[in-house]
Amino acid sequence: MLIIDCPYCGPRPELEFAHGGQAHVVRPADPSKSSDDEWTEYLYLRLNTRGVYAERWRHARGCGRFFNALRDTTTDHFLATYRAGERPPTVAAPRSAP
Amino acid sequence: MSGLRTPAGGRVDRGRPLRFTFDGRAYTGFAGDTLASALLAHGVHLVGRSFKYHRPRGIVAAGSEEPNALVTVARDAARRTPNVRATQVELYDGLVAESQNRWPNLSFDVGAINNLLSPLIPAGFYNKTFMWPRKAWFALYEPQIRAAAGFGVAPAHADPDRYAQRFAHCDVLVVGAGPAGLAAALTAAAAGARVLLCDEQAEFGGALLDEHDAVIDGAPVAAWLAATVATLRTNPRVTLLPRTTAFGYFPHNNIGLAERVTDHLADPTPTQPRERLWQVRAREVVLAAGAIERPLVFPGNDRPGVMLASAARSYLHRYGVKVGTRAVVAAGCDAAFQAAVELAAAGVTIAVIADVRAPGSPPGPAEAAARAAGLAIEASATVLGASGRLRVAGVTLGRVGTDGSVTPGARHACDVLLMSGGYTPSVHLHSQSRGKLAFDETLGAFVPGAAAERTRSAGLARGAHGLATALDDGAAAGLAAAAASGHRGDSGPRHAVRALDGGVAGRAGALPQPAGPLPPAKAFVDFQHDVTTRDLALARREGFEAIEHIKRYTTTGMATDQGKTSGLNALGYVADESARAIPDVGLTTFRMPYTPVTFGLFAGVARGDLFDPVRRTPSHDWASARGAVFEDVGMWKRARFFPATGEDLHAAVDRECLAVRHRVGMFDASTLGKIEVVGKDAATFLNRLYVNNWANLGINRSRYGILLRDDGFVYDDGVIARLADDRFHVTTTTGGAARVFAMMEDYIQTEWTDLSVWITSTTEQWAVVAVQGPRARDVLAKLVTDVDLAPAALPHMAVARGRICGVPMLLFRVSFSGELGFEVNVAADYGAEVWAAIHAAGQEHGITPYGTEAMHVLRAEKGYIIVGQDTDGTMTPDDAAVAWAIGKTKPDFVGKRSLERATMKAAGRKQLVGLETVDPGIVLEEGAQVVAAPGQTPPMKMIGHVTSSYHSASLGRSIALGVVAGGRARLGETLYVPMPAGDIAVKVVGPVFYDREGARLNG
Ligand SMILES: [Zn+2]
Repeated sequence: MLIIDCPYCGPRPELEFAHGGQAHVVRPADPSKSSDDEWTEYLYLRLNTRGVYAERWRHARGCGRFFNALRDTTTDHFLATYRAGERPPTVAAPRSAP
Repeated sequence: MSGLRTPAGGRVDRGRPLRFTFDGRAYTGFAGDTLASALLAHGVHLVGRSFKYHRPRGIVAAGSEEPNALVTVARDAARRTPNVRATQVELYDGLVAESQNRWPNLSFDVGAINNLLSPLIPAGFYNKTFMWPRKAWFALYEPQIRAAAGFGVAPAHADPDRYAQRFAHCDVLVVGAGPAGLAAALTAAAAGARVLLCDEQAEFGGALLDEHDAVIDGAPVAAWLAATVATLRTNPRVTLLPRTTAFGYFPHNNIGLAERVTDHLADPTPTQPRERLWQVRAREVVLAAGAIERPLVFPGNDRPGVMLASAARSYLHRYGVKVGTRAVVAAGCDAAFQAAVELAAAGVTIAVIADVRAPGSPPGPAEAAARAAGLAIEASATVLGASGRLRVAGVTLGRVGTDGSVTPGARHACDVLLMSGGYTPSVHLHSQSRGKLAFDETLGAFVPGAAAERTRSAGLARGAHGLATALDDGAAAGLAAAAASGHRGDSGPRHAVRALDGGVAGRAGALPQPAGPLPPAKAFVDFQHDVTTRDLALARREGFEAIEHIKRYTTTGMATDQGKTSGLNALGYVADESARAIPDVGLTTFRMPYTPVTFGLFAGVARGDLFDPVRRTPSHDWASARGAVFEDVGMWKRARFFPATGEDLHAAVDRECLAVRHRVGMFDASTLGKIEVVGKDAATFLNRLYVNNWANLGINRSRYGILLRDDGFVYDDGVIARLADDRFHVTTTTGGAARVFAMMEDYIQTEWTDLSVWITSTTEQWAVVAVQGPRARDVLAKLVTDVDLAPAALPHMAVARGRICGVPMLLFRVSFSGELGFEVNVAADYGAEVWAAIHAAGQEHGITPYGTEAMHVLRAEKGYIIVGQDTDGTMTPDDAAVAWAIGKTKPDFVGKRSLERATMKAAGRKQLVGLETVDPGIVLEEGAQVVAAPGQTPPMKMIGHVTSSYHSASLGRSIALGVVAGGRARLGETLYVPMPAGDIAVKVVGPVFYDREGARLNG
């Protein structure tokens, strides 16, 4: 079970959280102006990163807040967590151990 | 006893004899024995039959790596544990054990015919033979194979034991209490770290328990061990967990430990759990899991009496048991010479030591000790075969020339053959933690490489052999782990050690054999799954080169022991045969659990009534007392119907439906999800989220809302009421409450941060009693105060606040039945009383409680959809015939853009329609397919399916809803529902069957 550092509550076990998919996918402000291709990309196309991946989590059984995390998908190590709306922090290259 | 027990010595308590039975025969052992050591003390080697060929099998090892000696331990009919390793079963008085995989008995097993048929059962036999016809697999092949090849029998009764679970945190978790683990725990604890030390054995000490002559810090090994364990036990920062297997290494230093609490007790107290799961979160981990000795691979290496040299030492020194009287020792590792010397000293005749080490192996200290003891040693030897049916009786050796050729040698009579192919470090947990493995050329084995977690291996687990080295290595690892967890200390004085170190280097693969077209028969690599060198050769011949493929084709390493004794030998054999180096052959993945774990351990208390939380509605006890039949809806228990005496489901549902249509019914709707949406932007928020227009909804008015995902498909629905300018009461489907709430939070928190809006789940705060039927108003009028119930004052979809039975009430004039209807919302704590009061007040009107089944019939008669039943996540509002709800002038709402995509408007999409069977007595199967023409044979084009289907008492016929391609353009057409008994003709009609004008709503 992962330990996830909620930016509001601190480190908690994974079972308190719900995964929210890729982070920083912005819903177009006026979807009617999106072309079919742009809308399809927004709806369906997601990264499948090997390495550092920005993803959303919700502290569903805690404070209820959505936040973002940088996770190395090859090791499951979290490099950072940060609040929704913030830009991803700059992180050093992933180390072999957390 | 048979004279195999030494007169003194060992760690058994000779003052405490214990009785036990094996296959019905009575034996005695001593406290401290395992089932294996006690049987060996009586000369019993034959303990089981093998998986595939039913070959007689004996005890190979002394620890958890044992591949053969799987037995059933039975306390009573419900407490029968199959497949436990006899080497790990601690003896208690009255223990009853049975062998497995044999009939009628161990010495004569009918299944052994498979051994004679073995040329017909090669690797891949199952894959190739039992492929067609598919039906035969389920009916014939699988049951037969399972019956013939299974191990043990599961108990016939539910497990009566308790299993506990707990979480633990520590600075340093040390896995393995051998010399390295003990030394690590000592230095880590001395540095101030909180230490948890676990070991799978009953006693701490690991390899130290098998030592006899070693001296540590001036004390005999046993004395040093006792003092060390006492030191740790008295340290309040240290938790000691014997009989506890670290079975799984999970991310972020989460380690699963299985503690066996009572299996070793003759009379467990009822208050004790049988096992305890520890979920440990460790800052730092030290893996000191030791190493496992490898068997040698030669023809007949599976005969009872052929065992690991280290096991013979363990049985001698720890249990005071000589495993035989005359031994041949096949030494592929210097350490095996030590076993020969020590067994000889205990009075076992050493017929010969066959030096089967790889050519060019350097002389070792144990070999020198054997020479000094005058034991016969045959150099450059190999083993060509072992004979003896139920027990090894002789060993034929061969001689390996400098050119690698093999010439047959002498046969040596014996009753045990001790073998050693060297030691394989136990890298299982390191590998489970995603740590890398590195091949150590000197050791000829994989050792831990770069770690992926905060973990380090110590001692034999990383190939650091020799007692002094292991102690030093463990001490350093403990110190480093403590420091990494924030506790600095020093290593203290180094331990002074006097011990023989035979090393761990050996050989992997098969021993040399005379050249031939095929590898010799019955040279076993994997004992537990009966995989031989011939099977591996066959797999390669059929084109399998990658070890993961060979593993799956031959099943080597896939038994419950996960290849502990076979893995490296399989790799070595394939490497030799394909002229590759072992690292180039690859490595299969180590998976949890390290040794098998009971289901009970994982289930813990989550069984029976505690398996899943149960949610009950306010009327539950009332309904239960009236004999209601309940159904599970998510975690909710909902009354499905209320049978009167003698009624079945259909009779009850017919009566309940007719009561609602003609008089009045009451229904507990409390399970509906309820979310209160509050804030100055609440209307804007709902406008952006739901398809409907909310801006023009008046206060104290409600509206049926549709929620889509952004992909345009119907996600949820429910009535939404406006209680104030800035306050909405949103209802959701029973199953959708949590996900709709999460979706709302997502948009509020991450997309529309400009909005001032808050949401609160109020599902469990409100009890909801639906009162439906032409006399609903008459019933409520007797109880409601402060609300004018007249149609003009409270029309359909109006909302009012007042009191019922004197308590505050939120009253909805809504209907999910098509009749005049109200939904009474009161605080949940008042729900039961208000329910009972409504029921009492309704007696003069014939009020009838109804359940979910009648609710479904009533709503289907009206064509009201159930999201998730009549929709399936691929339906647009138009498909579901609810497009009328869409606010046409809104610039955007979730899903709107997707509805503009061409495919969402394409002709031929499946649309909700009514389906009327031509024969009104036939009730269609929900889920049944719809086709255009009768008399077709599969495969046929399916153009739709039935989503809801009931008998309607009000209409005197069956009704159904379904989705059909281009359905609304097919009204009046006859379509067909193909069933095994023939096609059922159905007419496509509109989805509303009853009161099409909706007049009854406004009564
Ligand atoms: Zn939180």
